[in-house]
Amino acid sequence: MNAIKKLGMLVLLMAAPAMAIASGAGVHLDTAPVNLKDQASLQRGAKLFTSRCLACHAASYMRYNRLTDIGMSEEQIKKELELPEDVKVGSTMQAAMDSNSAKLAYGVAPPDLSVIARSRSPDWLYSYMKGFYVDTTKTSGWNNTVFPSVGMPFVLSDLQGEQALESEQHEGHDVKKLILKTPGSMQPAEYDAAVTDLTNYLVFMSEPSKLVRQQIGWIVLAFLSVLLVLIYALKKEIWKDIH
Amino acid sequence: MTENVDQSKRRILLAATAAAGGVAAAGAGVPFVMSLMPSERAKAAGAPVEVDIGAIEPGTMISIEWQGKPVWIVRRTPEMLELLAKHDSDLADPASSIPQQPEYCNNATRSIKPEVLVVLGVCTHLGCSPTFRPEVSPADLGANWAGGWFCPCHGSRFDLAARVFKGVPAPTNLIIPPHQYLSETRLLIGDDDKSKLKGGQPADKGATA
Amino acid sequence: MMNLLKNLLAWVDERFPLTSTWKAHASEYYAPKNFNFWYFFGGLALLVLVIQIVSGIFLTMNYKPDALFAFASVEYIMRDVQLGWILRNIHSTGASMFFIVIYLHMFRGLIYGSYRKPRELLWIIGMIIYLALMGEAFMGYLLPWGQMSFWGAQVIVNLFSSVPFVGPDLAILIRGDFVVSDITLNRFFALHVVAIPLILVLIIVAHLVALHEVGSNNPDGIEIKKNKGPDGHPVDGIPFFPYMVVKDAVAAVAFLIVFVAIIFFAPDMGGYFLEYNNFVPANPMKTPEHIAPVWYFTPYYAILRAVPPLFGSQFPGVVAMGVATVIFFALPWLDRGQVKSIRYRGPIYKAFLAAFVVSFVGLGYLGLMPATELYTWISRVLAVVYFAFFFLMPWYTKIDECKPEPDRVTSK
Repeated sequence: MNAIKKLGMLVLLMAAPAMAIASGAGVHLDTAPVNLKDQASLQRGAKLFTSRCLACHAASYMRYNRLTDIGMSEEQIKKELELPEDVKVGSTMQAAMDSNSAKLAYGVAPPDLSVIARSRSPDWLYSYMKGFYVDTTKTSGWNNTVFPSVGMPFVLSDLQGEQALESEQHEGHDVKKLILKTPGSMQPAEYDAAVTDLTNYLVFMSEPSKLVRQQIGWIVLAFLSVLLVLIYALKKEIWKDIH
Repeated sequence: MTENVDQSKRRILLAATAAAGGVAAAGAGVPFVMSLMPSERAKAAGAPVEVDIGAIEPGTMISIEWQGKPVWIVRRTPEMLELLAKHDSDLADPASSIPQQPEYCNNATRSIKPEVLVVLGVCTHLGCSPTFRPEVSPADLGANWAGGWFCPCHGSRFDLAARVFKGVPAPTNLIIPPHQYLSETRLLIGDDDKSKLKGGQPADKGATA
Repeated sequence: MMNLLKNLLAWVDERFPLTSTWKAHASEYYAPKNFNFWYFFGGLALLVLVIQIVSGIFLTMNYKPDALFAFASVEYIMRDVQLGWILRNIHSTGASMFFIVIYLHMFRGLIYGSYRKPRELLWIIGMIIYLALMGEAFMGYLLPWGQMSFWGAQVIVNLFSSVPFVGPDLAILIRGDFVVSDITLNRFFALHVVAIPLILVLIIVAHLVALHEVGSNNPDGIEIKKNKGPDGHPVDGIPFFPYMVVKDAVAAVAFLIVFVAIIFFAPDMGGYFLEYNNFVPANPMKTPEHIAPVWYFTPYYAILRAVPPLFGSQFPGVVAMGVATVIFFALPWLDRGQVKSIRYRGPIYKAFLAAFVVSFVGLGYLGLMPATELYTWISRVLAVVYFAFFFLMPWYTKIDECKPEPDRVTSK
């Protein structure tokens, strides 16, 4: 049918812009190599997150014992994430700093990161953690190419080092590039790998059920396909009466 | 193709489809029924509780909350323990034959360490929380009272091993929850899985009575 | 055993019209035998209704309709409630699927003239269901209390304040407060969970009663009741049970395959079914850069934005949006065509229908986009096309050259 084809084409055309809206138009984003099947990466990311981010940010919908989904035992969780004695493994990830103090210190309350990878794309988060540069005009001393004038200071500067935003001439245009001025404890490739782990973990934490939902999906689809064959055969059989 | 062959094929197909459809319906019901089970939040709130019992004075009781219910920890004196064996004929289940306790507490004192009783403070009649009456022979409980608990709701009585007396509404002894010692003074209530112990050393069970 | 059941049935039938109802509405209710793909969507809509009600009940067991707890309670369902994430995904996917099914169901009505006499009332009842469904979806969307939930509700309720004289008070009455707040959330919860579902079920029953009174239309648009056989049944009709029931069952399973695929593989649907910005908790102090309603409202939203303000008021846009929604009610009387079904219509009608589809889908797309100058002009053109389909209908359906309708149904 003519109308259906038109409908179908237009619906397909609509798909692309939605992603653009989500990521915020304009800024170039690096592609984050997310791989939720890489448990080692997820565990490294979990360690980075709990040791570096929970100082100011909470992930108050995420329980520590959910990390058993990525291959850690409760003992491992307690030990490797250095949980204090009084923090039970079933409790939720709270921030060390209370949000009021943080708001005073940074101008805005650090947002809860439980579902950050569902509102910001993984590419955004990945590029954000790599996009900090020194900016003495800001209170925190830092700025970010992906999130201009962000209130957050760069807590991983010991790992990445310090970048500066410099202008370069490219075919007559002024192009801004991030240049590493002071090296950190990690080589650029190492740092990229660490941020990959962190992004990977944030994606997992935003929707832990994502690990299993596709597996369950295949099983249900397989079963429904069998049911479809049977019900269709039954329909054909019963409709033999109709001429 | 005769009428009969048609009918039997039809019946088989109908049965097979109905069976598959039934399985699909049952499968669809799984998330709904599962959602009624205790959530992670409920499980976390009902998680085992660690208690420091070092400061409990002999002859006294503390009450802590586990899974929303009171758990009593009593440090019984030697006199209290002596009196425990003396009124078996007044008790409904003196030998604790009904399994109201883990098998490691199926003994004369219904405990791991003889002097420390760990018991769920919920009356086995209709669920009120009985009052602690450790004193011997008070006026209102009579000369035969050697210490224990008295439930104010319907008058049930329990001795200092939380065993129920005869002739009271409550049918069974009070429940002893699963528990284990993490050290001489640290008690973990709600979990008797030995793998939780640090250093892999089982805690001292105390001398047998 | 069989005797016992027979006697039990007889006992019931003396006191309750069980067998007679079964016969009148299932085993001896005759439906046209040339039903095609377009005729699945009514039954599928009923299936989605059941899915939404059942999943909704279980969500209500865990959801908290309080501005402080709502967002957290949805994450509680996603993470802590055992398999709660399946329930949430079923309900969010079901909401969008409801509109996909309903739009296709309405489209069937358009192409086969199912709104024509004697089915005008059936069509009107259906339109009332559509309006109730839009209200239900709008209120349900506030419940997760994300940024899009909050600001979408804020914008739409503010539209009511543009009504002359009573507007601002009307908006306060709807909200229960001066801005969308916890009070609004609680009352939208009550309406979404109890009031509108009850109303929906009652109107759907009326819809089915009206349908059974006149019988279904069919792809050829001819009345099968005009041609009855010696047994008194339409010669082109077949009993609903078992034939249509088993056919609808196939459609249901096929539909569930699509449904399941979405729930388990793409519940976000690229941000259309679960919007990205709704994973940010509602912040009354911070308006998002880009507010758009959920995809199923966007055609009307585009029309709203396309109309320029008149005398400083946005009210003309609101009126245009309202008319665009309710103009469907008038279809039975706008259509002056000789035939019901598109199969026998002439080229003029087909051209207008195609233009209407393009305008509806186009406006839907534009409603999602930011209102740039170019997009606004295109929206204005498409809005004119949209209204032309309806307002010019009495003229073009009359002059349209139709083909003769057959006496018996055909299976094209």
